[in-house]
Amino acid sequence: MKSLHKILMILGSALLLSLFVFPLWNITLEAPQYPTPLGMDIWITKLTGTNKGDIQNINLMNHYVGMKEITTEMKEFEIFPIVIAGMSILGILIGFSGKKNLFLGWFILILILGIAGMYDFYLWEYDYGHNLNPKAAIKIPGQAYQPPLIGSKKILNFNAISLPATGAYFMLTGLALTLTAYVVALKKERS
Amino acid sequence: MKKLIKSILALSIASATVVSCSQGNSQETTSNSGALESDAASSVYVKPGEYDEFYALVSGGFSGQMSVYGLPSGRLFKVIPVFSLDAEKGYGFNEETKPMLNTSFGHIPWDDSHHPELSQTNGETDGRFVFINGNNTPRIAKIDLSTFETTEIIEIPNSGGNHSSPFTTENTEYVVAGTRFAVPYPQRDMPIKEYKGNFKGMLSYISVDKESGLMDLSFQILMPGFNYDLAHSGKGKSHGWTFFTTYNTEESGTLMEVGASQNDKDFIAAVNWKKAEEYIKQGKFKEVPVNYAHNRYDEHTHMATSVMKKTVRVLDPADCPGLVYFLPTPKSPHGVDVDPSGEYIVGNGKLSANLTVHSFTKVMKAIENESFAGDAYGIPILKMDEIIAGIVEQPGLGPLHTEFDGRGNAYTSFFITSEVVKWKLGTWEVVDRQPTYYSIGHLMIPGGDSKNPNGKYLVALNKITKDRYLPTGPEVTQSAQLFDISGEKMKLLLDFPTIGEPHYAQGIEASKIIPKSRKIYELEENKHPYGVQNESETKVVRDGNDVHVYMTMIRSHFAPDNIEGIKVGDNVYWHVTNLEQDYDVPHGFSVMGARNSEILVMPGQTETLLWKPQFEGVIPFYCTDFCSALHQEMQGYIRVSPKNSNTPLTWSLGEDDEEEL
Repeated sequence: MKSLHKILMILGSALLLSLFVFPLWNITLEAPQYPTPLGMDIWITKLTGTNKGDIQNINLMNHYVGMKEITTEMKEFEIFPIVIAGMSILGILIGFSGKKNLFLGWFILILILGIAGMYDFYLWEYDYGHNLNPKAAIKIPGQAYQPPLIGSKKILNFNAISLPATGAYFMLTGLALTLTAYVVALKKERS
Repeated sequence: MKKLIKSILALSIASATVVSCSQGNSQETTSNSGALESDAASSVYVKPGEYDEFYALVSGGFSGQMSVYGLPSGRLFKVIPVFSLDAEKGYGFNEETKPMLNTSFGHIPWDDSHHPELSQTNGETDGRFVFINGNNTPRIAKIDLSTFETTEIIEIPNSGGNHSSPFTTENTEYVVAGTRFAVPYPQRDMPIKEYKGNFKGMLSYISVDKESGLMDLSFQILMPGFNYDLAHSGKGKSHGWTFFTTYNTEESGTLMEVGASQNDKDFIAAVNWKKAEEYIKQGKFKEVPVNYAHNRYDEHTHMATSVMKKTVRVLDPADCPGLVYFLPTPKSPHGVDVDPSGEYIVGNGKLSANLTVHSFTKVMKAIENESFAGDAYGIPILKMDEIIAGIVEQPGLGPLHTEFDGRGNAYTSFFITSEVVKWKLGTWEVVDRQPTYYSIGHLMIPGGDSKNPNGKYLVALNKITKDRYLPTGPEVTQSAQLFDISGEKMKLLLDFPTIGEPHYAQGIEASKIIPKSRKIYELEENKHPYGVQNESETKVVRDGNDVHVYMTMIRSHFAPDNIEGIKVGDNVYWHVTNLEQDYDVPHGFSVMGARNSEILVMPGQTETLLWKPQFEGVIPFYCTDFCSALHQEMQGYIRVSPKNSNTPLTWSLGEDDEEEL
């Protein structure tokens, strides 16, 4: 197929838009007295509870150890949608152009942006886990409450699990497609 | 010598026999009871963290409430306040539920609750509602099974005691109410000796709205002054009819233990309620002035309202041919029970030696042929020998109530001989009997009075326990007993104590209720006029002597928790909203010197406690229901100043700590 690389590039970048439909990340907190675990879905535009009321219930639990209230207003929720939409449109345009070096360039750029995003996520988690109210009711010397970046971690009586969510899998598939697009374009040139 | 040897031999043989006999006996006894006990224990054992298979909804008798148990474990989960005050839950004490106990006599803090009845769809229990009658001040209550709270109570006018109630029709078109005590109609001052002919018995049909479940006293039927004991509606082929048992057809007004026990036969009144609907449509009723309360609890305002109703439509069988027939039945029948097919109508003649079963088909035929033995006050009496399907001969003494297992067997409680007797429909033969401890009243099989019984367990609801439990002074516990009826022979599995007198009960598969069970009330749907959505809306408002505190509770503080400017003699209304939206996080609220109760507020709910400070001072209040690690710290103060003081009205939370409200 002549324009396979173009189709792959366009499809791959378009898949980024799924982040407007599905959450990017999920943090789940398990504990014996929560037979239905508490959970938080992180979107590029907002935070929601896995079940209704979860954000309030996580905040209620966190305030005993002096953690800040998780708010649904953050500067990231303004920046992320612009970046994702911009990158997606850019990727689609590059796809139409069919220029393989631009494919690679786009891929490297999104990789950098992704790493930056993860770093931002880590800082956010660090801030919530370490920046505690000195008047907290329960203080445990040396204890931090930072959830893991990815994977699970025991925090007092809770098991905190942090994993990519549906949107992230769509995005990763998209990235794989754009990389394939580059490889396909490369092979075609050589043949 | 020979003789001696012989006698020794004989003796040793004899003793050996005795030994072996006694060994045999004891072995048999221990192995039997051992096997039974371990069987029974494991079959009622519900592992920690696991669920029972059935709910049992048990009448609280003279406690006026209803209790919720699990079967087979017999564990108590909840006592639902229905007709009686409950200081634990604030029921009848908080401003919201006070109207639930309103009647034409005013506020009534107690009743005697007898018969729970589950709502049905197509003759099967559907897990929507359970109804229960108040016997003393005639009422029917409805409990919503998504919340296990009483959400509606309707008073029954023209009644002297609501006993034969609230049995349902196949699709919960109606629940019924028959008066246990005949009373003058209309009620008036008259000599008791003139009972006969002047006293009347009223049968009431309360419709239940298919969508909303709302009850409405649709019509009443004016009956002779007998006593109406129990009832059941037909199903399947007999759908459209209700059967009421009667006693005291002698119409005796005194020493009724004798006076009401003279006739060989009393009646089962068969009421064609579909015909009644036609007569209502035709306008053949009298609009009679009455005064009765209809009380409803709204899940969104979290408040009850009481409305006094002023008229009721009354049908007189004399004007409505074909509406009622009498089925002669020996003798003072208590329960009247219709088998799952709708064909057999069992009359449990309390003082009769036999158990009489009528055939619905034969009843219809006799009515068609107008084959009557006579009439009572214009109501045709059918001929007993023409309508009988069969007689269970001398099954025991004091038959009270029968339920069915859906496999062609019936189970009847015998009060006097304290036993459950299992017999076969159709052949009328007794196949098993088991003693109960003691004096069984009603019995219950989950769905046992519906079209589709679940014949796994039977619960005997006993009247007397005597020595069955640890003694607790002169008043000992009430109790029920669980039998396994899945096999040929019934097997006693468990005794368990109950609240009040467990007159009757209903059982239902837990799977029909669990998915509908509410975990919280949605805060955003809270329409309480004094409710708030968050702490920033909290305030204190003075209106003359009335002070309204708009307060919130959330782990682990009240907002506000400091209030000043209250004066001796004020009426302080604490409107407390629980902001929680998490399962099993109610908060309680109590204030020192409150002369009513605490309030117990569910997540998303608002409740109001009225408090009248009597003395100056600084009064603490606190959360009564453990909520969190800092539950003990969930407390606050209200300052009470003299009547004529100028202390400004202020309220706050945590201003020392520079936290926001």
